[in-house]
Amino acid sequence: MDLAPAEQGVPTPWPVEGVCRIPYRAFFDPAIYAQEQERIFRGHAWNYVGLEAEVPKAGDFKATFVGDTPIVITRNKEGGLHAFVNRCAHRGAIVCREPRGNRLRHQCVYHQWTYDLQGNLVGVPFRTGIEGKGGYPPDFQPSEHSLRKLRVSTYGGLIFASFADTIEPLETYLGPDMRQWLDRIFNRPLQVLGYARQYIHANWKLYAENTRDPYHASLLHLFHTTFGIYRSSMGGGVIMDNSKRHDMLRAYKRPEPQETAAYRGKDIRTFQEQYTLADPSLLTTRKEFEVELTNHIQAIFPNLVVQQIQNTLATRHILPKKPDEFELLFTFFGYEDDDAELRAIRIKQANLVGPAGYISMEDGHATELVQQAIVRDQEAASFIEFGGRGIESEENLLTESGIRGFWKYYREVMHL
Amino acid sequence: MVTPGVRQAIEDLIHTYVHCIDDNALEDWPTLFASQCLYKVVPRENADLNLPIAIMYCDSQGMLQDRVTAHRKANLFAAHFYRHLVSSIRVTGEDEGVYAVRSNYVVFRTAADAVQYGVTEIYSAGAYYDKVVFENGAAKFREKIVITDTCKISSLLVTPL
Repeated sequence: MDLAPAEQGVPTPWPVEGVCRIPYRAFFDPAIYAQEQERIFRGHAWNYVGLEAEVPKAGDFKATFVGDTPIVITRNKEGGLHAFVNRCAHRGAIVCREPRGNRLRHQCVYHQWTYDLQGNLVGVPFRTGIEGKGGYPPDFQPSEHSLRKLRVSTYGGLIFASFADTIEPLETYLGPDMRQWLDRIFNRPLQVLGYARQYIHANWKLYAENTRDPYHASLLHLFHTTFGIYRSSMGGGVIMDNSKRHDMLRAYKRPEPQETAAYRGKDIRTFQEQYTLADPSLLTTRKEFEVELTNHIQAIFPNLVVQQIQNTLATRHILPKKPDEFELLFTFFGYEDDDAELRAIRIKQANLVGPAGYISMEDGHATELVQQAIVRDQEAASFIEFGGRGIESEENLLTESGIRGFWKYYREVMHL
Repeated sequence: MVTPGVRQAIEDLIHTYVHCIDDNALEDWPTLFASQCLYKVVPRENADLNLPIAIMYCDSQGMLQDRVTAHRKANLFAAHFYRHLVSSIRVTGEDEGVYAVRSNYVVFRTAADAVQYGVTEIYSAGAYYDKVVFENGAAKFREKIVITDTCKISSLLVTPL
């Protein structure tokens, strides 16, 4: 393999095996990271930025990021949503300095330039100077100095934003297969139950792979298998959209004897059965969906993972920070119509996921293990042929097709 | 009435707690809690917003034990040592034998894995809001609510704070 520097305009040779080999440089090259910001996050993509339930009232705002670009989401008096880059049009300072709140105007503290909820410039101190001295030239047009605006669209209470001038409607971007599964969860008013943030010292794409990877689930997450929550012999499968950028991973319990027979004798360390929870109330689960799944892990390109594990519901927001660092923001939610008992189940089962999650803490660790090992071997590549070399949806969990699908689309948009 | 003896017993409990964790004697950790107990690690973000999610939530002795079992037998993570510093311990109230106690903590985490061995980071800063009771004359935590100012957890949280 001969890899040239990933400079603008210089095509990077990719291993001839295509999506079955991922050159390690893709996970630490600063030039690739910079290109991702332009071609993916600030390019042709709908980025997840939050939940409508986080900004329910007129004037509510939330500061977040698209890729690593700071942005603000606002709700106007008519109930519409706006998004703009959180950078003053005057001298480039952060305008909105709070993570969330309610304001009808956003004012930069540096020189008090003031913007409305759409990001339009509505106030400039000393615009005409004082007593005829100073101030801006007569041809100064506030309308030419708005904050940079993003497109905003919502689906089922999820908010997405895009830098793209032209992009298909969000519904089309998601596609019918992904919408069908999103509809399973996002079908009525949500209530935010809390946040958990995890700072992971690895490239964001290692996590994108991880969430499209059912192979690791029963092997890395030993809690899962130790206490009989999940095994690869469970029923399930992987569904991708036509572009292969999104991925829906689902698992459900099969009748016990069938499952156990399929799993025994496979030389797997995880089939222990000797451990039982001293307090099994953790796994008390209430049936609440028409299609019963133990795990619904849905990755929407580029930066959202929707999860239902037992009765926990959360969005996982991937926030790239550096080539070798990203933040993972879990937003736990329930429904406005949850009763107290279901609410209590969700709170208790939050033990399963998040930075201290019994069955999720290893994901961050695994991505860090990769990042630590690859740093000097940019010409080497990972090997992704589990379940074959195809990128089709599969009706089983013993496949890496979703990872290959991610890389297929990634290579297209990155021209790699 | 907070007698000097009660105050000393409460402070001893807190110091025993941090030595238990820092010495990796996690099997003893649940024994520092009362028979009915609550242990929560709550990101300050959620506490400030009055949101109920905790990142660790144990409302029974059994759930504390399960955290230890998972730590020892199931969860995979980079080996590490903790070092707690606890200060500003204050008994803030007493109600029918339940003492409210608050204190500050900092946890330094030192890596003990092959790659990062010996690197120390300021892992978590925050406060303990405890409810202490006396069972058979011994001070125990009825509640230990850990409010982590450090909402952004570096890598992961597996060892209790």
